[in-house]
Amino acid sequence: MSFEGKTALVTGATRGIGKAIALALAEQGAEVAGTATSAEGAEAISAMFAEAGLKGFGLVMNVSEAASIDAGLKQVTEKAGAPLILVNNAGITRDNLLMRLKDDDWADVIETNLASVYRTSKAVLRGMAKARWGRIINISSVVAGMGNPGQANYCAAKAGVEGFTRSLAKEMSNRGITANCVAPGFIDTDMTRKLDEAQRNAMMEIIPAGRFGDPKEVAAVVAFLASDAAGYVTGDTIHVNGGMYMG
Amino acid sequence: MSTVEERVKKIVCEQLGVKESEVQNSSSFVEDLGADSLDTVELVMALEEEFETEIPDEEAEKLTSVQDAIDYIVAHT
Repeated sequence: MSFEGKTALVTGATRGIGKAIALALAEQGAEVAGTATSAEGAEAISAMFAEAGLKGFGLVMNVSEAASIDAGLKQVTEKAGAPLILVNNAGITRDNLLMRLKDDDWADVIETNLASVYRTSKAVLRGMAKARWGRIINISSVVAGMGNPGQANYCAAKAGVEGFTRSLAKEMSNRGITANCVAPGFIDTDMTRKLDEAQRNAMMEIIPAGRFGDPKEVAAVVAFLASDAAGYVTGDTIHVNGGMYMG
Repeated sequence: MSTVEERVKKIVCEQLGVKESEVQNSSSFVEDLGADSLDTVELVMALEEEFETEIPDEEAEKLTSVQDAIDYIVAHT
């Protein structure tokens, strides 16, 4: 498995799962552009690659703005070439029970977690079609399938991403472009650390593996889907959740 | 400077992977040159890029042959 000579774009690469994915792809030879929402975040990503002795850099991209995506993509293409691997990882949560959910909480999550995937995917397709090779990997969530109280907005966005991915897979398959989702379960990141003790304990009870996942365990599946070896896998969602949900 | 006809034919060859000798003005992209739906979308995007113009979807649908494309470009650029 080598990504030598290929450019990968990973959104939301400052921490957690996105960071692990960016490193995993770079370790196997890709030049990785990792996005952050702030200049400090982008610098931290560049520093992370430099420290690890890997090819890659950070850039500022707001995935909820088309102009920011276009500008970021232009920057990446000029610096490293058109990305042939896209990992849509950037995401936010604005949890609340539906009866208390604000319109902004709904709109922000749909915008950042779903509409962004449409925008970035569309933006990279031309380059992939020209190359007759491409990998789009969207980070979904176990809750897209199982539902979760307090996350109607997040679940709707992630289930939307999975449907989007299946259509995209059908449209682009004969161009050597695959599109898949990876649906992490309870992974030890800042996002899940926001849960309180009771919520964490309740989660533990439904995870047969008896532990939380490591971001690297998600990154390994993404790296596989990005590889040549996964060329016949498309439109699928691969679960990485310690057995807590099996589709 | 190449003519519109030459530039259009060059793009058609590049996008559809056909030889210049196979491309006639009357050639239909789908029937004669083997384009699928995605090819025709890519072809229109390549024409837009080459001639720095935007071709609306309803116009793009009507461009089914090499001559259609040449006529459209001549009339709109």
